[in-house]
Amino acid sequence: METPLIEFRDVTKRFDEKTILDKMNLSIYEKQITTIIGKSGSGKSVLLKHIIGLLSPNEGSILFRGSPVQEMKRSEWDGYRNQVSYMFQNNALFDSMSVFENIALPLRQTTGLRKKAIEQKVMSRIEQMELTDVAKQYPSELSGGMQKRVALARSLVTDPAIVLFDEPTTGQDPIRRNIILSMIAHYRKQFGFTAILISHDIPDVFFISDRILLLWEGKIAFQGTYEEYTRFKHPMIDEFLISIEGLRDELTGLLSKEMFRSRYYMTLGGGRVDTTVTAVLFGFSFDLLADELGPQAAIEVLKALGEHVNDYFGPLGGFSSRHRRGEILTILPRVGLDEAEQLVRDFAQRLQQKALPGIQALTRVKAKAKKSIEIYVTAGMSEGSTSDDIDQVMEKAEANQKIIARYQCGKEGASK
Amino acid sequence: MQNGIEMESTIKDSVFLSFFHFLGKRAMNVISNLGGIVIFFTLSFLKIFQPKQIREIVQQVFYIGARSSNIVLLVGLFTGMVLGLQLYYTLIKFGSQGVLGSVIALTLIRELGPVLTAIMITARAGSAMTAEIGILRISEQIDALYTMRIDPQRYLISPRIAASIISFPLLTAFFDLIGILGGYLTGVVLLGVDKGAYFYRIDSYVDLVDIRGGFIKSFVFAVLVSTICCYEGYFTHLRTDSYGAKSVSLSTTSAVVFSCVMILISDYVVTSFLM
Repeated sequence: METPLIEFRDVTKRFDEKTILDKMNLSIYEKQITTIIGKSGSGKSVLLKHIIGLLSPNEGSILFRGSPVQEMKRSEWDGYRNQVSYMFQNNALFDSMSVFENIALPLRQTTGLRKKAIEQKVMSRIEQMELTDVAKQYPSELSGGMQKRVALARSLVTDPAIVLFDEPTTGQDPIRRNIILSMIAHYRKQFGFTAILISHDIPDVFFISDRILLLWEGKIAFQGTYEEYTRFKHPMIDEFLISIEGLRDELTGLLSKEMFRSRYYMTLGGGRVDTTVTAVLFGFSFDLLADELGPQAAIEVLKALGEHVNDYFGPLGGFSSRHRRGEILTILPRVGLDEAEQLVRDFAQRLQQKALPGIQALTRVKAKAKKSIEIYVTAGMSEGSTSDDIDQVMEKAEANQKIIARYQCGKEGASK
Repeated sequence: MQNGIEMESTIKDSVFLSFFHFLGKRAMNVISNLGGIVIFFTLSFLKIFQPKQIREIVQQVFYIGARSSNIVLLVGLFTGMVLGLQLYYTLIKFGSQGVLGSVIALTLIRELGPVLTAIMITARAGSAMTAEIGILRISEQIDALYTMRIDPQRYLISPRIAASIISFPLLTAFFDLIGILGGYLTGVVLLGVDKGAYFYRIDSYVDLVDIRGGFIKSFVFAVLVSTICCYEGYFTHLRTDSYGAKSVSLSTTSAVVFSCVMILISDYVVTSFLM
């Protein structure tokens, strides 16, 4: 069995008489994105601060690769700290320093790098985060999203192995929120760090997470993958999720996960009526687009695709929800597979002729694309009935993916 | 009746006890704070000698020293001028106006120079130190330094203490010089004391011991002011009487008041040792 990168064993933290973490046990694995969710004030930030050593537990132990951090020698502790970076909820940027100086600070103070090497490293991060134009400006002159990017650049400039994100998307609009999350996923893939993040932004954050931890009354009520999480039945999950997820996905305007599930079971009449449904899983080359044209372009395309799916299938009685990053699941009640194929063909034709050319404008949000790239829109279909579980229907649809439309975009003068 | 007497004595006891409880708690607080300040200073002082400090210290010398020089020189000039006026009219009663230069110089070098300079720097740079560090604390920027493996005490406190130790004696020297010139303006230029006598008396009566004493004082004040101001800002989040911006403002006020009081108390103590 894989040794967790970080493990909490019976960790208890009290502030005066108040117990925040109560004999907490959790495991965080290497190279994964682990998301911690929980109510406000439930101790999520306290948990994160224990990992970096800003707080220490009253009882219990924290293990890094199986060794208790409390028992580490000074040099081991420094080595551990060297690998961990922290992005604060409020960014904690130094107001009196420019963007460049903020990002360069950890290199200047903790490494023996020469001025030139520091400059090169900082500038490369600045370029990656698309902050070149504001490198000489002060944090107070930047928008909230830009400040987040500066904080992200600062937390990544030392090439850490573990990055802790304390509510990186708080206060952002749905598009910006998804861009930041995509950026985290993108850079995690690029730099290979382990990410631990706190977020209330459900469902957006689930799409980038490998593991989810639910913090509840000082304990971990759930830890596992998103798929396990969706099957995990517990009243507190319903209470917590429904209260923050809402009825609709803010980015795409599609149904939220919970609403989608309840609509699905209503359509099937709780198994009493024999109803045919067809599930269509739409997807597009999200990661490719994010890599080539930037996360904003990918998010804009996802948003546009969600709107088009809703506009076309909504009047036909279909309902949709975001499934994974870059995937939309549509359920067509009382529609057989043949009829659904016909509808999807028609939808694909419209997408190819009218919608995809509009995407060209959306993808210009990052004008620095070196080459034109092809966007694929795929669809997979499967027919389900009252006896089928929604997850089985989705799995079948996932297995039958076919390209239904494609479009060349990203560079001036690109064409279909 | 018996019950009433018992109750009254219990109330008296509880008031009596709570008074001592309050007193004890305050005393413990003061002692633990003093201990905290001493440890804080010792650690910060030792960290002055760690690498990558020169740049930060030079920057702080500029903020604490160079930026305070105008106000210190202005106060020094007028202190010297008013001393010249007051002492001239006092000394003339005894026919001793010839010693005006030495009296002004000794007053400034031994006493007023170090004390007034320290108070002026406290008001200008000390308050800024507390406010700046306090804001860094409440906006989690100090925690951010820690997470970047930058020792906040080394990066924020040590350069300020080092810069104060450098700047206070220098500014005191400027204060003394400009004060003596101020005394010259009123005593010699305005009131007609002999120019030669003014400088001759300074030369004959001011010893190196006096100058050394003044510098010792300014060194002590530098340590006290910088430590108190930094300590108040650094631990502003631990205040129990307020939070956020209010705690920064209260920390700044108490840093300035406490520093000024400590300047005057330590002035007496150091003077008594130097005499």
